[in-house]
Amino acid sequence: MSPTSGPWWSHIFDFSDYGDLLALVHNSILAGAILGVVGGLIGVFVMKRDLAFAVHGISELSFAGASAALLFGANVVAGSVAGSLIAALLIGLLGARARDRNSIIAVLMPFGLGLGILFLALYTGRSANKFGLLTGQIVAVDDPQLLALLVISVVVIAGLLLMWRPLTFASVDPDVARARGLPVTAISIIFMVLLGLAVAISIQVVGALLVLSLLVTPAAAAMRVTSSALLTPLLSVGFAVVSVVGGIMLALGGGLPISPYVTTVSFLIYVVCHIAGRRRVPARLPALTKELAT
Amino acid sequence: MKPVLSLRGAALAFGGRELWRGLDLDVQPGEFLAVLGPNGTGKTSLLKSILGEQRLTAGSIEFMGEPVRHGSAQIGYIPQQKLGEGSSPLRARDLVALGVNGQRWGLPFASKAERARVDELLMAVGATSYAKAPLATLSGGEQQRVRVGQAIAADPALLLCDEPLLSLDLAHQRGVSELIDAQRRRSNAAVVFVTHDVNPILGMVDRVLYLAKGAFRIGTPDNVLTSEVLSDLYGTPVDVFRSRGRIVVVGSDDHLHHEDAA
Repeated sequence: MSPTSGPWWSHIFDFSDYGDLLALVHNSILAGAILGVVGGLIGVFVMKRDLAFAVHGISELSFAGASAALLFGANVVAGSVAGSLIAALLIGLLGARARDRNSIIAVLMPFGLGLGILFLALYTGRSANKFGLLTGQIVAVDDPQLLALLVISVVVIAGLLLMWRPLTFASVDPDVARARGLPVTAISIIFMVLLGLAVAISIQVVGALLVLSLLVTPAAAAMRVTSSALLTPLLSVGFAVVSVVGGIMLALGGGLPISPYVTTVSFLIYVVCHIAGRRRVPARLPALTKELAT
Repeated sequence: MKPVLSLRGAALAFGGRELWRGLDLDVQPGEFLAVLGPNGTGKTSLLKSILGEQRLTAGSIEFMGEPVRHGSAQIGYIPQQKLGEGSSPLRARDLVALGVNGQRWGLPFASKAERARVDELLMAVGATSYAKAPLATLSGGEQQRVRVGQAIAADPALLLCDEPLLSLDLAHQRGVSELIDAQRRRSNAAVVFVTHDVNPILGMVDRVLYLAKGAFRIGTPDNVLTSEVLSDLYGTPVDVFRSRGRIVVVGSDDHLHHEDAA
Protein backbone atom coordinates (compact mmCIF):
# COMPACT_ATOMS: atom_id res chain seq x y z
CA MET A 1 0.00 0.00 0.00
CA SER A 2 2.92 2.38 0.48
CA PRO A 3 3.65 4.69 -2.44
CA THR A 4 7.32 4.00 -3.19
CA SER A 5 7.61 3.32 -6.92
CA GLY A 6 6.10 4.19 -10.28
CA PRO A 7 4.97 7.55 -11.63
CA TRP A 8 3.20 9.99 -9.22
CA TRP A 9 -0.26 9.32 -10.62
CA SER A 10 0.08 5.67 -9.76
CA HIS A 11 -0.12 6.77 -6.12
CA ILE A 12 -3.45 8.42 -6.78
CA PHE A 13 -5.04 5.66 -8.80
CA ASP A 14 -3.79 2.08 -8.57
CA PHE A 15 -6.21 -0.69 -9.29
CA SER A 16 -3.90 -3.73 -9.23
CA ASP A 17 -5.06 -6.47 -6.83
CA TYR A 18 -8.31 -4.50 -6.60
CA GLY A 19 -10.52 -7.51 -5.92
CA ASP A 20 -8.41 -8.58 -2.93
CA LEU A 21 -8.43 -5.07 -1.51
CA LEU A 22 -12.18 -4.79 -1.90
CA ALA A 23 -12.67 -7.91 0.18
CA LEU A 24 -10.53 -6.40 2.92
CA VAL A 25 -12.52 -3.23 3.19
CA HIS A 26 -16.11 -4.28 2.60
CA ASN A 27 -16.87 -3.33 6.22
CA SER A 28 -15.52 0.15 5.63
CA ILE A 29 -17.59 0.53 2.48
CA LEU A 30 -20.71 -0.45 4.39
CA ALA A 31 -19.88 2.04 7.14
CA GLY A 32 -19.17 4.67 4.50
CA ALA A 33 -22.55 4.09 2.88
CA ILE A 34 -24.37 4.48 6.19
CA LEU A 35 -22.38 7.62 6.96
CA GLY A 36 -23.45 8.90 3.56
CA VAL A 37 -27.08 8.41 4.55
CA VAL A 38 -26.46 10.27 7.82
CA GLY A 39 -24.61 13.13 6.12
CA GLY A 40 -27.11 13.44 3.30
CA LEU A 41 -30.10 13.56 5.64
CA ILE A 42 -28.76 15.88 8.30
CA GLY A 43 -27.21 18.12 5.63
CA VAL A 44 -30.70 19.06 4.47
CA PHE A 45 -31.36 20.56 7.91
CA VAL A 46 -27.89 22.05 8.21
CA MET A 47 -28.77 24.01 5.06
CA LYS A 48 -32.29 24.85 6.23
CA ARG A 49 -31.02 26.11 9.58
CA ASP A 50 -27.99 27.84 8.09
CA LEU A 51 -25.57 25.87 10.26
CA ALA A 52 -22.69 25.18 7.86
CA PHE A 53 -20.29 27.22 9.97
CA ALA A 54 -21.52 25.46 13.12
CA VAL A 55 -20.67 22.11 11.55
CA HIS A 56 -17.10 23.28 11.09
CA GLY A 57 -16.96 24.57 14.68
CA ILE A 58 -18.31 21.34 16.12
CA SER A 59 -15.86 19.29 14.10
CA GLU A 60 -12.87 21.14 15.58
CA LEU A 61 -13.98 20.42 19.13
CA SER A 62 -14.77 16.89 18.15
CA PHE A 63 -11.19 16.65 16.85
CA ALA A 64 -9.93 17.92 20.23
CA GLY A 65 -12.00 15.23 21.98
CA ALA A 66 -10.72 12.52 19.68
CA SER A 67 -7.08 13.54 20.09
CA ALA A 68 -7.49 13.68 23.86
CA ALA A 69 -8.87 10.14 23.72
CA LEU A 70 -5.92 9.07 21.58
CA LEU A 71 -3.43 10.62 24.03
CA PHE A 72 -5.02 9.12 27.12
CA GLY A 73 -5.64 5.76 25.49
CA ALA A 74 -9.41 6.07 25.62
CA ASN A 75 -11.87 5.18 22.88
CA VAL A 76 -11.40 7.62 19.99
CA VAL A 77 -15.03 7.53 18.89
CA ALA A 78 -16.15 8.24 22.46
CA GLY A 79 -13.73 11.15 22.72
CA SER A 80 -14.89 12.56 19.43
CA VAL A 81 -18.56 12.19 20.44
CA ALA A 82 -17.88 13.94 23.76
CA GLY A 83 -16.13 16.88 22.08
CA SER A 84 -18.91 17.13 19.50
CA LEU A 85 -21.71 17.12 22.03
CA ILE A 86 -20.08 19.78 24.20
CA ALA A 87 -19.61 22.03 21.16
CA ALA A 88 -23.09 21.34 19.76
CA LEU A 89 -24.80 22.08 23.07
CA LEU A 90 -22.78 25.24 23.65
CA ILE A 91 -23.62 26.50 20.18
CA GLY A 92 -27.26 25.47 20.57
CA LEU A 93 -27.73 27.04 24.01
CA LEU A 94 -25.69 30.23 23.60
CA GLY A 95 -26.25 30.87 19.94
CA ALA A 96 -30.01 30.88 19.45
CA ARG A 97 -29.64 34.00 17.30
CA ALA A 98 -27.56 33.77 14.14
CA ARG A 99 -25.22 36.63 14.97
CA ASP A 100 -24.42 35.33 18.47
CA ARG A 101 -23.97 31.88 17.02
CA ASN A 102 -21.32 32.89 14.51
CA SER A 103 -19.20 34.65 17.09
CA ILE A 104 -19.49 31.74 19.53
CA ILE A 105 -18.39 29.34 16.81
CA ALA A 106 -15.52 31.60 15.81
CA VAL A 107 -14.37 31.60 19.45
CA LEU A 108 -14.76 27.84 19.96
CA MET A 109 -13.18 26.72 16.71
CA PRO A 110 -9.56 27.82 17.15
CA PHE A 111 -9.69 26.78 20.80
CA GLY A 112 -10.74 23.27 19.82
CA LEU A 113 -8.19 23.04 17.05
CA GLY A 114 -5.45 24.29 19.38
CA LEU A 115 -6.34 21.74 22.04
CA GLY A 116 -6.36 18.99 19.45
CA ILE A 117 -2.93 19.97 18.14
CA LEU A 118 -1.60 20.02 21.73
CA PHE A 119 -2.90 16.51 22.45
CA LEU A 120 -1.52 15.18 19.17
CA ALA A 121 1.87 16.79 19.82
CA LEU A 122 2.02 15.01 23.17
CA TYR A 123 0.90 11.70 21.66
CA THR A 124 3.78 9.34 20.97
CA GLY A 125 1.95 6.48 19.23
CA ARG A 126 1.51 5.80 15.49
CA SER A 127 1.59 8.97 13.49
CA ALA A 128 -0.96 7.61 11.01
CA ASN A 129 -3.51 7.80 13.80
CA LYS A 130 -2.76 11.49 14.29
CA PHE A 131 -3.07 12.36 10.65
CA GLY A 132 -6.24 10.29 10.36
CA LEU A 133 -8.17 12.48 12.77
CA LEU A 134 -7.60 15.56 10.66
CA THR A 135 -7.87 14.08 7.21
CA GLY A 136 -9.73 10.82 7.77
CA GLN A 137 -8.91 7.18 7.32
CA ILE A 138 -11.81 4.81 7.57
CA VAL A 139 -9.61 1.82 6.78
CA ALA A 140 -8.01 2.35 10.18
CA VAL A 141 -11.34 1.89 11.93
CA ASP A 142 -11.44 -1.42 13.84
CA ASP A 143 -14.44 -3.64 14.49
CA PRO A 144 -15.68 -2.24 17.85
CA GLN A 145 -15.33 1.27 16.45
CA LEU A 146 -17.21 0.25 13.36
CA LEU A 147 -20.01 -1.05 15.56
CA ALA A 148 -20.09 2.22 17.50
CA LEU A 149 -20.32 4.17 14.23
CA LEU A 150 -23.20 2.01 13.06
CA VAL A 151 -25.12 2.38 16.32
CA ILE A 152 -24.68 6.16 16.35
CA SER A 153 -25.69 6.36 12.69
CA VAL A 154 -28.88 4.45 13.38
CA VAL A 155 -29.70 6.76 16.30
CA VAL A 156 -29.19 9.87 14.15
CA ILE A 157 -31.16 8.53 11.18
CA ALA A 158 -34.05 7.36 13.38
CA GLY A 159 -34.09 10.64 15.31
CA LEU A 160 -34.19 12.69 12.11
CA LEU A 161 -36.93 10.61 10.51
CA LEU A 162 -39.17 10.68 13.60
CA MET A 163 -38.89 14.44 14.07
CA TRP A 164 -38.71 15.27 10.37
CA ARG A 165 -41.89 17.34 10.09
CA PRO A 166 -41.70 19.31 13.35
CA LEU A 167 -37.99 19.85 12.70
CA THR A 168 -38.74 21.14 9.21
CA PHE A 169 -41.46 23.42 10.59
CA ALA A 170 -39.20 24.76 13.34
CA SER A 171 -36.30 25.21 10.88
CA VAL A 172 -37.98 27.00 7.99
CA ASP A 173 -40.83 28.79 9.75
CA PRO A 174 -39.94 29.14 13.46
CA ASP A 175 -42.36 31.97 14.30
CA VAL A 176 -45.41 30.17 13.00
CA ALA A 177 -44.23 26.85 14.44
CA ARG A 178 -43.93 28.47 17.87
CA ALA A 179 -47.37 30.08 17.53
CA ARG A 180 -48.81 26.66 16.75
CA GLY A 181 -47.39 25.37 20.02
CA LEU A 182 -44.34 23.43 18.79
CA PRO A 183 -41.46 23.31 21.33
CA VAL A 184 -39.11 25.08 18.93
CA THR A 185 -36.28 25.56 21.43
CA ALA A 186 -36.31 21.93 22.56
CA ILE A 187 -36.38 20.79 18.95
CA SER A 188 -33.34 22.88 18.15
CA ILE A 189 -31.39 21.49 21.13
CA ILE A 190 -32.25 17.91 20.14
CA PHE A 191 -31.18 18.71 16.60
CA MET A 192 -27.84 20.05 17.81
CA VAL A 193 -27.27 16.77 19.69
CA LEU A 194 -28.00 14.76 16.54
CA LEU A 195 -25.73 17.09 14.56
CA GLY A 196 -22.97 16.61 17.14
CA LEU A 197 -23.27 12.84 16.78
CA ALA A 198 -23.24 13.07 12.99
CA VAL A 199 -20.13 15.25 13.03
CA ALA A 200 -18.36 12.88 15.43
CA ILE A 201 -18.84 9.88 13.18
CA SER A 202 -18.07 11.80 9.99
CA ILE A 203 -14.70 12.72 11.44
CA GLN A 204 -13.79 9.03 11.44
CA VAL A 205 -14.18 8.99 7.66
CA VAL A 206 -13.20 12.34 6.22
CA GLY A 207 -11.45 13.89 9.21
CA ALA A 208 -12.16 17.05 11.15
CA LEU A 209 -11.06 19.45 8.43
CA LEU A 210 -13.29 18.05 5.73
CA VAL A 211 -16.54 17.21 7.51
CA LEU A 212 -18.35 19.91 5.51
CA SER A 213 -17.89 17.85 2.34
CA LEU A 214 -20.11 15.18 3.86
CA LEU A 215 -22.60 17.20 5.92
CA VAL A 216 -23.08 20.25 3.71
CA THR A 217 -21.94 19.78 0.10
CA PRO A 218 -24.36 16.95 -0.86
CA ALA A 219 -27.40 18.80 0.52
CA ALA A 220 -26.26 22.07 -1.04
CA ALA A 221 -25.87 20.28 -4.38
CA ALA A 222 -29.34 18.74 -4.10
CA MET A 223 -30.86 22.13 -3.39
CA ARG A 224 -29.32 23.53 -6.57
CA VAL A 225 -31.36 21.15 -8.69
CA THR A 226 -34.63 20.69 -6.83
CA SER A 227 -36.87 22.44 -4.36
CA SER A 228 -39.06 19.39 -3.82
CA ALA A 229 -39.44 18.41 -0.18
CA LEU A 230 -39.11 14.74 -1.13
CA LEU A 231 -36.41 14.90 -3.80
CA THR A 232 -34.06 17.12 -1.79
CA PRO A 233 -33.25 14.56 0.95
CA LEU A 234 -33.26 11.67 -1.54
CA LEU A 235 -30.76 13.38 -3.86
CA SER A 236 -28.70 14.62 -0.94
CA VAL A 237 -28.40 11.09 0.46
CA GLY A 238 -27.61 9.75 -3.02
CA PHE A 239 -24.85 12.33 -3.52
CA ALA A 240 -23.36 11.73 -0.07
CA VAL A 241 -23.34 7.94 -0.46
CA VAL A 242 -21.77 8.18 -3.92
CA SER A 243 -19.13 10.57 -2.51
CA VAL A 244 -18.16 8.40 0.45
CA VAL A 245 -18.37 4.98 -1.18
CA GLY A 246 -16.92 6.27 -4.44
CA GLY A 247 -14.15 8.01 -2.52
CA ILE A 248 -13.27 4.89 -0.54
CA MET A 249 -13.20 2.71 -3.64
CA LEU A 250 -11.05 5.15 -5.64
CA ALA A 251 -8.67 5.55 -2.71
CA LEU A 252 -8.15 1.82 -2.18
CA GLY A 253 -5.21 1.27 -4.48
CA GLY A 254 -3.20 4.41 -3.83
CA GLY A 255 -2.49 4.16 -0.12
CA LEU A 256 -3.33 7.85 0.30
CA PRO A 257 -5.96 9.16 2.74
CA ILE A 258 -9.48 8.71 1.43
CA SER A 259 -10.59 12.26 2.20
CA PRO A 260 -9.28 13.94 -0.97
CA TYR A 261 -11.19 11.39 -3.01
CA VAL A 262 -14.39 11.87 -1.01
CA THR A 263 -14.17 15.65 -1.08
CA THR A 264 -13.37 15.73 -4.80
CA VAL A 265 -16.28 13.48 -5.76
CA SER A 266 -18.54 15.53 -3.53
CA PHE A 267 -17.26 18.78 -5.01
CA LEU A 268 -17.66 17.58 -8.59
CA ILE A 269 -21.26 16.58 -7.89
CA TYR A 270 -21.87 20.07 -6.55
CA VAL A 271 -20.32 21.70 -9.62
CA VAL A 272 -22.51 19.63 -11.95
CA CYS A 273 -25.61 20.48 -9.89
CA HIS A 274 -24.71 24.14 -9.83
CA ILE A 275 -24.46 24.24 -13.62
CA ALA A 276 -27.64 22.19 -14.02
CA GLY A 277 -29.41 24.42 -11.50
CA ARG A 278 -28.75 27.57 -13.52
CA ARG A 279 -30.88 26.17 -16.31
CA ARG A 280 -33.73 25.78 -13.85
CA VAL A 281 -34.23 29.52 -13.40
CA PRO A 282 -36.57 29.99 -16.40
CA ALA A 283 -38.93 27.46 -14.80
CA ARG A 284 -39.69 30.04 -12.10
CA LEU A 285 -40.60 32.70 -14.59
CA PRO A 286 -44.31 31.88 -15.09
CA ALA A 287 -45.10 33.01 -11.54
CA LEU A 288 -43.33 36.31 -12.13
CA THR A 289 -44.83 36.92 -15.57
CA LYS A 290 -48.26 36.27 -14.15
CA GLU A 291 -47.55 38.77 -11.41
CA LEU A 292 -46.58 41.44 -13.94
CA ALA A 293 -49.71 40.78 -15.96
CA THR A 294 -52.11 41.37 -13.07
CA MET B 1 -71.23 32.50 24.12
CA LYS B 2 -67.80 31.78 25.56
CA PRO B 3 -65.18 34.29 24.38
CA VAL B 4 -62.25 32.92 22.38
CA LEU B 5 -59.88 35.36 23.96
CA SER B 6 -60.26 37.09 27.27
CA LEU B 7 -57.94 39.70 28.79
CA ARG B 8 -58.44 40.95 32.35
CA GLY B 9 -56.51 43.87 33.78
CA ALA B 10 -53.71 43.16 31.34
CA ALA B 11 -50.66 45.42 31.54
CA LEU B 12 -47.33 45.42 29.76
CA ALA B 13 -44.30 47.56 30.47
CA PHE B 14 -40.77 47.54 29.10
CA GLY B 15 -38.07 48.98 31.35
CA GLY B 16 -40.46 51.26 33.23
CA ARG B 17 -42.23 52.44 30.07
CA GLU B 18 -45.84 51.35 30.24
CA LEU B 19 -47.35 50.25 26.92
CA TRP B 20 -50.83 49.57 28.22
CA ARG B 21 -52.54 48.86 31.53
CA GLY B 22 -55.96 47.77 32.73
CA LEU B 23 -56.80 46.20 29.40
CA ASP B 24 -60.08 44.26 29.65
CA LEU B 25 -61.10 42.65 26.39
CA ASP B 26 -63.26 39.74 25.27
CA VAL B 27 -63.06 38.58 21.67
CA GLN B 28 -66.04 36.46 20.65
CA PRO B 29 -66.09 33.68 18.04
CA GLY B 30 -66.54 35.20 14.59
CA GLU B 31 -65.50 38.66 15.77
CA PHE B 32 -63.03 40.75 13.76
CA LEU B 33 -60.90 42.95 16.04
CA ALA B 34 -58.47 45.42 14.50
CA VAL B 35 -55.55 46.51 16.69
CA LEU B 36 -54.48 49.99 15.58
CA GLY B 37 -52.07 52.65 16.73
CA PRO B 38 -48.68 54.16 15.98
CA ASN B 39 -45.44 52.18 16.13
CA GLY B 40 -44.08 51.35 19.55
CA THR B 41 -47.43 51.20 21.32
CA GLY B 42 -47.30 47.46 21.92
CA LYS B 43 -49.48 46.10 19.11
CA THR B 44 -47.11 43.29 18.24
CA SER B 45 -46.30 42.79 21.94
CA LEU B 46 -49.99 42.15 22.51
CA LEU B 47 -49.87 39.35 19.95
CA LYS B 48 -46.74 37.96 21.59
CA SER B 49 -48.53 37.98 24.94
CA ILE B 50 -51.43 36.06 23.45
CA LEU B 51 -48.91 33.56 22.07
CA GLY B 52 -47.28 33.22 25.49
CA GLU B 53 -43.95 34.58 24.25
CA GLN B 54 -44.24 37.80 26.22
CA ARG B 55 -45.22 37.80 29.89
CA LEU B 56 -47.69 40.41 31.04
CA THR B 57 -46.59 42.80 33.76
CA ALA B 58 -50.01 42.33 35.37
CA GLY B 59 -53.36 40.75 34.62
CA SER B 60 -54.25 37.61 32.71
CA ILE B 61 -54.98 36.32 29.24
CA GLU B 62 -57.18 33.31 28.63
CA PHE B 63 -57.54 31.54 25.31
CA MET B 64 -60.53 29.18 25.02
CA GLY B 65 -61.06 29.48 28.76
CA GLU B 66 -57.49 28.45 29.68
CA PRO B 67 -54.53 30.64 30.62
CA VAL B 68 -52.34 31.07 27.52
CA ARG B 69 -49.41 28.72 27.16
CA HIS B 70 -46.69 28.71 24.52
CA GLY B 71 -48.78 28.90 21.38
CA SER B 72 -51.62 26.58 20.48
CA ALA B 73 -52.65 24.32 17.64
CA GLN B 74 -55.96 26.23 17.73
CA ILE B 75 -54.24 29.47 16.73
CA GLY B 76 -53.53 30.39 13.12
CA TYR B 77 -50.74 32.94 12.88
CA ILE B 78 -50.10 35.13 9.84
CA PRO B 79 -46.81 37.06 10.12
CA GLN B 80 -45.57 40.00 8.10
CA GLN B 81 -44.40 39.23 4.62
CA LYS B 82 -40.65 38.74 4.50
CA LEU B 83 -38.64 38.33 1.34
CA GLY B 84 -36.64 35.20 0.54
CA GLU B 85 -35.47 34.03 3.94
CA GLY B 86 -33.06 31.19 4.61
CA SER B 87 -31.06 29.19 2.13
CA SER B 88 -33.57 26.45 1.46
CA PRO B 89 -35.98 26.60 -1.43
CA LEU B 90 -39.30 26.07 0.31
CA ARG B 91 -42.22 25.79 -2.09
CA ALA B 92 -45.64 27.34 -1.56
CA ARG B 93 -47.12 23.89 -1.23
CA ASP B 94 -44.65 22.87 1.48
CA LEU B 95 -45.53 25.89 3.60
CA VAL B 96 -49.23 25.02 3.46
CA ALA B 97 -48.42 21.37 4.19
CA LEU B 98 -46.62 22.46 7.38
CA GLY B 99 -49.92 24.00 8.46
CA VAL B 100 -51.66 20.68 7.85
CA ASN B 101 -49.24 18.19 9.42
CA GLY B 102 -46.12 20.12 10.41
CA GLN B 103 -46.68 19.32 14.07
CA ARG B 104 -46.94 15.57 13.67
CA TRP B 105 -44.03 13.50 14.95
CA GLY B 106 -43.25 10.24 13.25
CA LEU B 107 -42.25 9.13 9.79
CA PRO B 108 -42.78 11.97 7.32
CA PHE B 109 -45.23 10.37 4.94
CA ALA B 110 -48.26 12.49 4.07
CA SER B 111 -51.53 10.57 3.81
CA LYS B 112 -53.77 10.88 0.78
CA ALA B 113 -56.25 12.89 2.87
CA GLU B 114 -53.50 15.31 3.94
CA ARG B 115 -52.37 15.86 0.36
CA ALA B 116 -55.96 16.46 -0.66
CA ARG B 117 -56.35 18.97 2.17
CA VAL B 118 -53.25 20.84 0.98
CA ASP B 119 -54.70 20.99 -2.56
CA GLU B 120 -58.01 22.21 -1.17
CA LEU B 121 -56.31 24.97 0.86
CA LEU B 122 -54.17 26.09 -2.08
CA MET B 123 -57.34 26.27 -4.16
CA ALA B 124 -59.18 28.22 -1.44
CA VAL B 125 -56.51 30.93 -1.36
CA GLY B 126 -56.04 30.97 -5.13
CA ALA B 127 -52.47 29.68 -4.98
CA THR B 128 -52.87 26.52 -7.06
CA SER B 129 -51.09 27.95 -10.10
CA TYR B 130 -47.89 28.66 -8.16
CA ALA B 131 -48.10 25.81 -5.65
CA LYS B 132 -44.81 24.32 -6.81
CA ALA B 133 -42.90 27.56 -7.13
CA PRO B 134 -40.26 28.32 -4.50
CA LEU B 135 -41.67 30.82 -2.03
CA ALA B 136 -38.82 33.28 -2.59
CA THR B 137 -39.80 33.66 -6.26
CA LEU B 138 -43.37 34.72 -5.42
CA SER B 139 -44.58 38.29 -5.05
CA GLY B 140 -45.43 39.63 -1.59
CA GLY B 141 -49.14 39.25 -2.27
CA GLU B 142 -48.75 35.66 -3.44
CA GLN B 143 -46.64 34.82 -0.40
CA GLN B 144 -49.29 36.20 1.93
CA ARG B 145 -52.03 34.20 0.19
CA VAL B 146 -49.96 31.09 0.87
CA ARG B 147 -49.54 32.24 4.48
CA VAL B 148 -53.32 32.47 4.85
CA GLY B 149 -53.63 28.96 3.44
CA GLN B 150 -51.14 27.73 6.03
CA ALA B 151 -52.83 29.56 8.90
CA ILE B 152 -56.35 28.30 8.19
CA ALA B 153 -55.27 24.69 7.60
CA ALA B 154 -56.41 23.45 11.00
CA ASP B 155 -59.57 25.61 11.08
CA PRO B 156 -58.23 27.53 14.09
CA ALA B 157 -60.48 29.21 16.64
CA LEU B 158 -58.36 32.35 16.48
CA LEU B 159 -56.47 33.99 13.62
CA LEU B 160 -53.67 36.26 14.79
CA CYS B 161 -52.52 38.55 12.02
CA ASP B 162 -49.40 40.69 12.51
CA GLU B 163 -49.38 43.36 9.78
CA PRO B 164 -50.10 40.80 7.07
CA LEU B 165 -50.79 43.50 4.48
CA LEU B 166 -47.57 45.44 5.00
CA SER B 167 -45.77 46.19 1.72
CA LEU B 168 -48.57 44.74 -0.43
CA ASP B 169 -50.17 46.72 -3.25
CA LEU B 170 -53.82 47.72 -2.91
CA ALA B 171 -55.24 44.85 -4.96
CA HIS B 172 -53.37 42.27 -2.90
CA GLN B 173 -54.26 44.03 0.36
CA ARG B 174 -57.89 43.59 -0.56
CA GLY B 175 -57.44 40.01 -1.78
CA VAL B 176 -55.56 38.82 1.31
CA SER B 177 -57.86 40.52 3.81
CA GLU B 178 -60.91 39.07 2.02
CA LEU B 179 -59.43 35.58 2.39
CA ILE B 180 -59.04 36.14 6.14
CA ASP B 181 -62.59 37.47 6.36
CA ALA B 182 -63.93 34.53 4.36
CA GLN B 183 -62.34 32.07 6.78
CA ARG B 184 -63.86 33.95 9.72
CA ARG B 185 -67.32 33.60 8.19
CA ARG B 186 -66.81 29.98 7.18
CA SER B 187 -65.51 28.66 10.50
CA ASN B 188 -66.63 31.37 12.93
CA ALA B 189 -63.01 32.04 13.89
CA ALA B 190 -62.15 35.15 15.85
CA VAL B 191 -59.67 37.48 14.13
CA VAL B 192 -57.18 39.75 15.88
CA PHE B 193 -55.63 41.87 13.16
CA VAL B 194 -52.70 44.17 13.93
CA THR B 195 -52.29 46.89 11.32
CA HIS B 196 -51.19 50.50 10.99
CA ASP B 197 -53.76 51.11 8.25
CA VAL B 198 -57.38 50.19 8.92
CA ASN B 199 -58.66 51.08 5.46
CA PRO B 200 -58.16 47.76 3.65
CA ILE B 201 -60.17 45.98 6.37
CA LEU B 202 -62.60 48.75 7.29
CA GLY B 203 -65.62 46.93 5.88
CA MET B 204 -64.86 43.76 7.89
CA VAL B 205 -63.95 45.13 11.30
CA ASP B 206 -66.42 44.69 14.18
CA ARG B 207 -64.38 46.44 16.82
CA VAL B 208 -61.18 48.42 17.07
CA LEU B 209 -58.58 48.43 19.82
CA TYR B 210 -56.68 51.69 19.40
CA LEU B 211 -53.41 51.93 21.33
CA ALA B 212 -51.59 55.24 21.78
CA LYS B 213 -49.49 56.99 24.39
CA GLY B 214 -49.87 54.30 27.04
CA ALA B 215 -53.65 54.36 26.78
CA PHE B 216 -56.28 52.69 24.60
CA ARG B 217 -59.87 52.83 23.39
CA ILE B 218 -62.06 49.90 22.43
CA GLY B 219 -65.23 50.14 20.36
CA THR B 220 -66.71 50.01 16.89
CA PRO B 221 -64.78 51.89 14.19
CA ASP B 222 -67.50 54.55 14.13
CA ASN B 223 -67.17 55.12 17.86
CA VAL B 224 -63.38 55.05 18.16
CA LEU B 225 -62.15 56.52 14.90
CA THR B 226 -63.45 60.04 15.50
CA SER B 227 -61.67 63.34 16.04
CA GLU B 228 -62.95 63.60 19.62
CA VAL B 229 -61.93 60.13 20.78
CA LEU B 230 -58.49 60.16 19.15
CA SER B 231 -57.75 63.74 20.26
CA ASP B 232 -58.56 62.63 23.78
CA LEU B 233 -56.42 59.51 23.43
CA TYR B 234 -53.40 61.32 22.00
CA GLY B 235 -53.91 64.31 24.30
CA THR B 236 -53.37 66.57 21.32
CA PRO B 237 -55.72 67.77 18.55
CA VAL B 238 -56.23 65.06 15.92
CA ASP B 239 -58.53 65.26 12.92
CA VAL B 240 -60.21 62.19 11.49
CA PHE B 241 -61.46 62.59 7.93
CA ARG B 242 -63.74 60.20 6.13
CA SER B 243 -63.46 60.35 2.40
CA ARG B 244 -64.75 57.86 -0.17
CA GLY B 245 -65.02 55.12 2.40
CA ARG B 246 -61.47 55.72 3.65
CA ILE B 247 -60.42 57.04 7.02
CA VAL B 248 -57.49 59.43 7.30
CA VAL B 249 -56.08 60.51 10.65
CA VAL B 250 -54.16 63.79 10.69
CA GLY B 251 -52.45 65.30 13.72
CA SER B 252 -49.58 67.56 14.67
CA ASP B 253 -48.05 64.90 16.90
CA ASP B 254 -44.80 63.32 15.78
CA HIS B 255 -46.27 59.91 16.36
CA LEU B 256 -48.79 60.52 13.64
CA HIS B 257 -46.53 61.96 10.99
CA HIS B 258 -45.66 58.71 9.32
CA GLU B 259 -49.16 57.33 9.81
CA ASP B 260 -51.28 58.84 7.09
CA ALA B 261 -54.10 56.56 8.09
CA ALA B 262 -55.23 55.11 11.41
